[in-house]
Amino acid sequence: MRRFLRSSTMVAGVTGLCIAAGMAAADTQVASAQPGDADIAAMKKLYVRPTEIPFPADNPYAPAKAELGKTLFFDPRLSRSGVQACVSCHNPSFGWEDGHRTAVGENMLSLARNSPTIINRAWGEIFFWDGRAESLEKQAVGPIQAAGEMNTPMTVLIDRLKSISGYQKKFEEVFPGEGVSEKNIAASIATFERTIVSAEAPFDRWVAGDEKAIGEDAKRGFILFNTKANCASCHSGWTFTDDSFHDVGVSATDDIGRAKIVPGVPELQFAFKTPGLRNIDQRAPYMHDGSMATLEDVVRHYVEGGIQRPSLDPDMKPLALNDQEAKDLVAFMQTLTGQDRPMTLPVLP
Amino acid sequence: MRLAAIILAAQAALCAVAYPALAEEVSVGQAGKMFTPDTLQIKAGDSVKFNNDDTVTHAVLVHGPAESNLGQIKSGEAKSVTFDQPGTYEVKCAIHPKMKLTITVQ
Repeated sequence: MRRFLRSSTMVAGVTGLCIAAGMAAADTQVASAQPGDADIAAMKKLYVRPTEIPFPADNPYAPAKAELGKTLFFDPRLSRSGVQACVSCHNPSFGWEDGHRTAVGENMLSLARNSPTIINRAWGEIFFWDGRAESLEKQAVGPIQAAGEMNTPMTVLIDRLKSISGYQKKFEEVFPGEGVSEKNIAASIATFERTIVSAEAPFDRWVAGDEKAIGEDAKRGFILFNTKANCASCHSGWTFTDDSFHDVGVSATDDIGRAKIVPGVPELQFAFKTPGLRNIDQRAPYMHDGSMATLEDVVRHYVEGGIQRPSLDPDMKPLALNDQEAKDLVAFMQTLTGQDRPMTLPVLP
Repeated sequence: MRLAAIILAAQAALCAVAYPALAEEVSVGQAGKMFTPDTLQIKAGDSVKFNNDDTVTHAVLVHGPAESNLGQIKSGEAKSVTFDQPGTYEVKCAIHPKMKLTITVQ
């Protein structure tokens, strides 16, 4: 099932099929050092916005379900302490992250990883930095129960929600005859999360044909992104992620990332999922450990090539970018943020 | 001549009864970060050989009635796994999760 995006975020004539084709094709680098108009047009096609949000057949979109999910997402009573909600770490004011270097858990405990955004996760293939959840439904109930995070056993949460008459009523309306359950909590939150889609950005308007939508520096940055800087080898498709796992040479801590979930694969040591780049200038600090404060720091990291170790992704090589080219890349990334509609707060039952 | 044909037919029938069908090995490619083919029907006892004919390393995970982690398969290498239990298996690359293969074991 798919839900069409509102007109403010629609790009005419683009189908879901185009999305898939674009993502697959994005794995192929456009190698020309000085691309012509046809090359640039081909590059643009790899990033065309979709017109509709994909919802899974086993959890189709329904407005009341999304609204219930939003209410749960903003409700601190989902945490054992009663002071943390999902939105505490996934705050719309910070591009659905939290602005901290690493996430803050129960009792203000500093966690190991930077809070990932929930923007455009309807298109996600796998979830969390290490891919330990294979659906948004599984992801949605993970942090609620995680000991260091919201720390609420599911049985406790279900009893708590059942004790709130407003929730009982809402769950019965959305899931007649089923009421409050782990499955329905997960389905509601996941449905709400799928509605969080980045708004049309200046970059999208340029892709759609408005040459004045972005500056010349950003246009140069886009070409570098797809050629010399090789960013597109991982940051592919309209959400700018391949949803794959790479060691990009960040951080020498004992956090081995994906390798903890899938042992026996040396390439997965220190490998984390490629983050999307939409609204990226709202989402500092950067990388899985939040170790880079600015986009300039991130570009500098890739220019230097990262920590050399056996698991380092083969695509990670020092880049010969001059200062202007580094600035152009940042200028391009800054065009990936649009005017998202303000998020209204739900009234909690 | 007719007698010989009858004897041969009888021998063939005996063989069919005495020996079960041999297990087969089916090859799956991984070029372009895709499993080819992306669906497969095999018999219990058959093996699937995952050939990494791609330019990057892959890592095959098998989910289903029996789980397998084949570990990494570098470019140019191959690994096989035998499917003894009937059912539906979902295969993914642990590095590139968009790579998917469904195997039905009869």
